[in-house]
Amino acid sequence: MSEATNNTQAIPAATSRLLLRAIDLSKRFPLSSGWWDRNPSFVHAVDGVSFDLMAGETLGIVGESGCGKTTTGRMLVRLAEPTEGQVLFENESGDLEDIAHLKGQPLKDFRRRAQMVFQDPYESMNPRRTIFDTVAEPLQVQKIGDHAERLERVSETLGLVGLTPPSSFLFRFPHELSGGQRQRVAIARALVMNPSFVVADEPTSMLDISIRTGIMQLMGELADRLGISYLYITHDLAVARYMCSRIAVMYLGKIVEMGETEEVLQNPVHPYTKALLSAVPVPDPEATRDPIDIKGSVSVPVDPLPRCRFYDRCPIADNFCRDNDHPPLQDKGSGRLAACYKA
Amino acid sequence: MATVNAQPAVPSSVWRARLRLASRSVRENWGLFVRTRIGLLGLAIIAMYALLAVAHPVLMSTVWEPRIYDPVIGYAFDETKQPAPPSLKHPLGTDPLGRDILSQLMFSARSEFLLGLLAATVTVVIGTSVGAIAAYFGGWVDTILMRLADIMIMMPAISVLIVLSALIGVEHFELALLIGILSGFGATGVVLKSQALSVVVKPYIDAARSAGGGHFHIILVHIVPNLLPLSFLYMMFTVTSAIFSEAVLSFLGLLNVRMSWGLMIHTTESAGYLLQVAEFWWLIFPASLSITLLCSAFYLVGRSLDEVVNPRLRSR
Ligand SMILES: Nc1ncnc2c1ncn2[C@@H]1O[C@H](COP(=O)(O)OP(=O)(O)OP(=O)(O)O)[C@@H](O)[C@H]1O
Ligand SMILES: [Mg+2]
Repeated sequence: MSEATNNTQAIPAATSRLLLRAIDLSKRFPLSSGWWDRNPSFVHAVDGVSFDLMAGETLGIVGESGCGKTTTGRMLVRLAEPTEGQVLFENESGDLEDIAHLKGQPLKDFRRRAQMVFQDPYESMNPRRTIFDTVAEPLQVQKIGDHAERLERVSETLGLVGLTPPSSFLFRFPHELSGGQRQRVAIARALVMNPSFVVADEPTSMLDISIRTGIMQLMGELADRLGISYLYITHDLAVARYMCSRIAVMYLGKIVEMGETEEVLQNPVHPYTKALLSAVPVPDPEATRDPIDIKGSVSVPVDPLPRCRFYDRCPIADNFCRDNDHPPLQDKGSGRLAACYKA
Repeated sequence: MATVNAQPAVPSSVWRARLRLASRSVRENWGLFVRTRIGLLGLAIIAMYALLAVAHPVLMSTVWEPRIYDPVIGYAFDETKQPAPPSLKHPLGTDPLGRDILSQLMFSARSEFLLGLLAATVTVVIGTSVGAIAAYFGGWVDTILMRLADIMIMMPAISVLIVLSALIGVEHFELALLIGILSGFGATGVVLKSQALSVVVKPYIDAARSAGGGHFHIILVHIVPNLLPLSFLYMMFTVTSAIFSEAVLSFLGLLNVRMSWGLMIHTTESAGYLLQVAEFWWLIFPASLSITLLCSAFYLVGRSLDEVVNPRLRSR
């Protein structure tokens, strides 16, 4: 099940320059209400999430389906507008600027610096457009270069993602390419404007297992070479381990634990992280781990009660966890953050 | 030689590549179209009527004497009794007012085409825009457009036409616009919107947005091209319904047109020959057969286009 069992890693070196800071980011979706609905319910897809991302760093977001990973990523590239909170992002002159509610030309300029690679390589390209049209689209809508320059830029980027010779791909249609090739095209489209930040939303989960490692290696190499920061979304801890220097574990719209990847995976603090890890087969036959049982499955955070989000499934919760609001993300020593009263 | 090199070599090869792709896709689709057979039959019928339409002015200015053969004000002085049965000079006979039926048939073919194509174009332009805009923007834009569609669909077209023809006099042009607007804002718009709904949720729309593409870019470059196959299909069906509506309305005498296939039947009816089909067949059959044939032809072309654009239907 894990495609990165070897110990080689694709983790690029981070710098100490802050690129992005999310502050109390929230996204709520109203549930099937009309204008007559006085008290609509909300899905709290993302609920008060904060983290920093350094230039060149890859931060992993892991968690079960529906915990708000994609929504978080979409807010960072402004495919969704945050309901609350701020996203500070380094602008061209090197200052941090809140991009959470940008509009018009400033938003368009921001889009040059932040891109996204989508999960499904079969649906993320318009079937009626050639590879050249697809990869050149950002240059075209941003009015970068003339036709000849764009052609050169696109060819160069296709070469960069390993589609060589580029000329043999330019005028083909997506359906003529394999899944792995398409995902390379999607990466090329994201990189063609030289962004400093890319959200990768489970870029390998729809691909054949045999080619996943290749795509992950490519993304790691590109980050190193071009100094890109990734927010790497995955539900596979082995992938996170392979790609990310730090990870944030999400549960029902909240970050419940965050820290250095190896630290978190080898020495989890939060009961949810422990449970996630106990569900993963251990590569080392000598190692033993106590199985941890969590009851039920993940629910949808519709108007959540003011208590710990993990209360219903937590093996160590007590009345304090039920009677108090969701615990804040606190330092549990050596830079590890966890949101738990009991840990 | 130097002037040739001044042209950047690369972009011209881009256009050549695009041209090659376009011609390849036309060839492939044509192959699929041909394989459906019924589409070819439809095209053949359409081509035949197109020829008739084109030939009319030529005949009028060469062998047909306008005094006798004019479809509206001509009179067959060479016949003693009107309506005259088919003869060498009048292959389809004359109508109760002594006018040459073949000439009327050919003259009307042109306006049937113009009517059908104008109505279809208006329908498709409006329907595609309405569908794309309603699906893309959603919210109140969608609500307004869909309530408008409800009104268009519920509108009793015949009574509207009766009122309109009483008020302003409806000719082919107005009829085409009316059909186009009713169908474009109505049923066609709704169908194209439901198709567009399946396009707007595709991640490539998000990709275009995150590239910085504006609403106009996304609608024009990503949504509309994915609606066009279905639009063309509805274009064919609209031609059919426009020709048919015209025939019905002319027959009822609601249209202010000089000559049309429906009007030919109307003339027959008002002169009292409608129920004597066996004896005066040439008064009824040419016009009604033409209406049927041309309507079916466009319908057949539409059906086989449906198979070309819907791979689901192809492999039966
Ligand atoms: N546009 C939307 N409208 C309403 N609810 C939404 C919308 N997008 C997401 N949600 C809800 O928000 C929650 C989080 O969704 P999200 O897609 O971010 O989860 P995820 O962690 O990416 O899950 P997966 O691993 O399945 O991709 C889910 O409960 C989802 O149903
Ligand atoms: Mg997701």
